[in-house]
Amino acid sequence: MEYILIIISAVIVNNVVLAQFLGICPFLGVSNKVGTAMGMGIAVVFVITLATIVTYLVQVYVLDKLGIGFMQTITFILVIASLVQMVEIILKKISQPLYQALGIFLPLITTNCAVLGVAILVIKKDYNLLEGVVYGAATAVGFALALIILAGIREQLELADIPRGMRGVPLSLVIAGILALAFMGFTGIVK
Amino acid sequence: MNQLQNFTKGLLRENPILVLVLGTCPTLATTSSSLNGMGMGIATTFVLVGSNVMISLLANVIPDKVRIPAFIVIIASFVTVVDLVMQAYVPDLYKTLGIFIPLIVVNCIVLGRAEAFASKNSVLSSLLDGLGMGLGFTLALGILGAFREIVGSGAIFGQKFIEGDGILVFILAPGAFLALGYLIALVNKIRKT
Repeated sequence: MEYILIIISAVIVNNVVLAQFLGICPFLGVSNKVGTAMGMGIAVVFVITLATIVTYLVQVYVLDKLGIGFMQTITFILVIASLVQMVEIILKKISQPLYQALGIFLPLITTNCAVLGVAILVIKKDYNLLEGVVYGAATAVGFALALIILAGIREQLELADIPRGMRGVPLSLVIAGILALAFMGFTGIVK
Repeated sequence: MNQLQNFTKGLLRENPILVLVLGTCPTLATTSSSLNGMGMGIATTFVLVGSNVMISLLANVIPDKVRIPAFIVIIASFVTVVDLVMQAYVPDLYKTLGIFIPLIVVNCIVLGRAEAFASKNSVLSSLLDGLGMGLGFTLALGILGAFREIVGSGAIFGQKFIEGDGILVFILAPGAFLALGYLIALVNKIRKT
């Protein structure tokens, strides 16, 4: 039950993009086609879940053990950056189709602040490992959900006649604002 | 003249938020009031200036192949400094800004300037570039924060001057997206005419 609450809260109520403002850059950048949005979404779910496990273990067995909690930011970003590189290399070796599907998104993910943000939030919220992983994966699913919805809307708007100044980023932001309004309707379902 | 341009280009012509649209996450998250927005802007400016200077000093020493990880370590060190200083001296602001302080590390502006400018230019130019970009960022955050605060709660810098509740939605998440969207659209319109 507890896990279901974490999942609902992370996917819908506190959606990572629309309520917590993490990962806006890829949200605006790769949302012009539903196909690419899906690829990015899956890659993010994969990386965030892995990164949550690794950073949690690093926090508990290295940083806390040695009493150097203030090194958290430096350690986490290095761990995430090398993790992404490693995933890219391993995928290239063992699964060509998967590499072709996700490969181009992986380098972009290092600078996706949702990854580092979730890693830090898991520590801040005092989750245990399993709760942390569930929270991380659910947050990433929320990211994918928002990204795919936005991509779907933007595809529909491709032929619309939009005032010059509003084209591109401003329009995406306004759509995201309206989506955020819709998602606000879920407030209060879970604490 | 050239040095002056290094400084001023970040303010308007290449404003990191309004023109380049980089670093949108902290922009949206921390501008629920003008003070929060500017606090975030100043913290980022410090990191930008520090990392730009450090990277332009070390650019010849760092091997080309490992420059990105090296840049990230330098940036993360400055972020840690900011994090600890803010925790000690402005605990309230630190609490409101929350995880967006450590997240300055992944702010694209900082790494972007390191890679595109500081690694190729002199220390003084990099310093001015960092300062200009940082102040441009602070300016945009201040404008957005002030707008949201005025419309959302009828106050500015915490001083209430309009009676009533204001349009609450502008303080909440959707208002951030809407306000930034229309602000960028306005800037686009002005730049093209």
